[in-house]
Amino acid sequence: MLFLCVFFALLGLGLGYAARYLKVQGEPLVEQIDALLPQTQCGQCKYPGCRPYAQAIVDETAEINQCPPGGEETIAALANLLGVATQPLNAEFGETNAPAVAFIIEQDCIGCVKCIPPCPVDAILGASKQMHTVIASECTGCELCIAPCPVDCIIMRPLAPPPGQWQWTTHHD
Amino acid sequence: MIKQWKFPGGIALGDHKQTTEIRDTALPAELIYPLLQRSDCYATATVYPGERVLKGQVIATQKKPLTTPVHAASSGVIKEIAPHLIAHPSGLTDSCIVIETDGLDEALPANPCLDYHLETAENLRIKIAQAGIVGLGGAAFPTAEKLQALQPIHTLIINGAECEPYISCDASLIGSHAQQVVQGALIMQYILQAERCIIAIENNMPATLQALHEATSQESIQIVSVPAIYPTGGEKQLIKVLTGKKIPANSLPTDHGVVCQNVGTAFAVYQAIIQGIPLTERIITITGKGINHPGNLRVKIGTPIKYLIEQCGGYSQNIQRLIMGGPMMGIALSSDDIAVIKATNCLLGMTNNELAESQSAMPCIRCGDCSTVCPAELLPQQLYWYGRSGQLEQCQDYQLFDCIECGCCDIVCPSHIPLVQSFRSSKGELIIKEKQAAQAQLAKKRYQNQQQRREKEQQDKIAKAAKRQAAIDKIKAAAAKRKTQGV
Repeated sequence: MLFLCVFFALLGLGLGYAARYLKVQGEPLVEQIDALLPQTQCGQCKYPGCRPYAQAIVDETAEINQCPPGGEETIAALANLLGVATQPLNAEFGETNAPAVAFIIEQDCIGCVKCIPPCPVDAILGASKQMHTVIASECTGCELCIAPCPVDCIIMRPLAPPPGQWQWTTHHD
Repeated sequence: MIKQWKFPGGIALGDHKQTTEIRDTALPAELIYPLLQRSDCYATATVYPGERVLKGQVIATQKKPLTTPVHAASSGVIKEIAPHLIAHPSGLTDSCIVIETDGLDEALPANPCLDYHLETAENLRIKIAQAGIVGLGGAAFPTAEKLQALQPIHTLIINGAECEPYISCDASLIGSHAQQVVQGALIMQYILQAERCIIAIENNMPATLQALHEATSQESIQIVSVPAIYPTGGEKQLIKVLTGKKIPANSLPTDHGVVCQNVGTAFAVYQAIIQGIPLTERIITITGKGINHPGNLRVKIGTPIKYLIEQCGGYSQNIQRLIMGGPMMGIALSSDDIAVIKATNCLLGMTNNELAESQSAMPCIRCGDCSTVCPAELLPQQLYWYGRSGQLEQCQDYQLFDCIECGCCDIVCPSHIPLVQSFRSSKGELIIKEKQAAQAQLAKKRYQNQQQRREKEQQDKIAKAAKRQAAIDKIKAAAAKRKTQGV
């Protein structure tokens, strides 16, 4: 009897030890949330980027419906991950627009470099008193460069897929 | 007679084929070449508007090795490089090179090769790539790339099983050029060092079979007649029938020692190696009750469809739909102001009598007929339900990307559900999602790099300021010291 008690106590200690020191490190929640966000780094959620917003969701200081570029799809994915109910996008933070990229009207550009620091992904190429241009393949369409431009030469252009990226649709009734 | 196996599913369709003599077409006034090659792959134009080009001259290339250039099919002047309707299900326009032909048909000198056995396989592959040869069965995969196998190849299959109804361009090609097709097959066998070479023909084409037997009496090539069950001509299906091997998902036949090439491709290889001329022409079946004088035509790639239809006596009165490709897998064209491309094997003008009566889709009754006929052994009804409810991950788990879009399930569905269209749409959504994820990943990386750089700049700034402050303090201290000493 005593032997059994000691044996089970040892097993218990062993399990406790294993639970403590051999714990599998899961991906932290903030990383998982960040992976679901669209990475436009646009700041429309009122946080300075996707990662800080993910942190805010973890800290429960932000709701999951504050990401306009992600839209309903991102909200659904976040709700699924966090095990909470989905909710409609909070219109306070903006609305979901069709994907677009910034475009600099080159003859109007005065080369002031004011648009370059706000770009979160370094997608604007230019130097002082030189014409600037947007690298369209890198642009996330965050619109952060539009407000700083003193001559309003940056416009958003919708991304129309070329035939190579066109896709079939069905009318699911 | 070699042993044959059966592939799962498939259906027997009426053949509607008329194997005819190949007719030549007159030179069109314009030749149009889209720069879009395959799915998302663009060629770059190497000519400028106003430049004169000769027949066989390269007018657009791609950078990657073994990708195929585009050749002018006749001499003339580049009229423009501008958006034009292209042969694409979207009905969109895209950049095309337009050549205004001058009627002289002046060609670059050919570069014939008397004995290909003296050349290395690598050289022959390069020649095939430079001749612009792609799979002429419809998928337009670069042939040279397919002939570059990493594994030793034991079997080369020449696919002459035109399983879709109406199409007879390969049969006509064999009818008039059997010798050359066999030569092309032998060249490819030499390149691959394959032990055996099989030419497969459907068993409803006895004349074609006869022509091939006559052409190969002395050669080490096996001619096999396979049952005419749609889609026998599918690559994986034909390999199953001839070798009993099932090519698993996410792997290519070359990984299993088999290469499959189309009959038309074999002919193009013969022309490229023996005659030294690039791929600028192909045989196209123009048929259907909507066309006045149907037939098989030798067509310059780039010829506008409108012109070809005129050559075939125009449309009959009750034409309803123009299809590029066969009735099962072809795409409906919105206009005939489109040029034929290398992959065009058939133009089909269909009348109301020929078209299946289009009925509105009814709910799925889970009868399972679709999975019985599916040659890829998928569960179309399951894929349909998941696609419809947006459960794309489930679609992927059920191997959506193994669907060859043959259309068997569409035909047997008693509820007339457009299943293939639904699968194409789900595939498109998945591809777009993948692209978006890659884009997001890139943006994240660039953002993180920028953050790191800015942090470093900030720290450098602070360090610099501290250093300057220290220097100032030092000078100040020294001055103060001098002052106290001086006093």
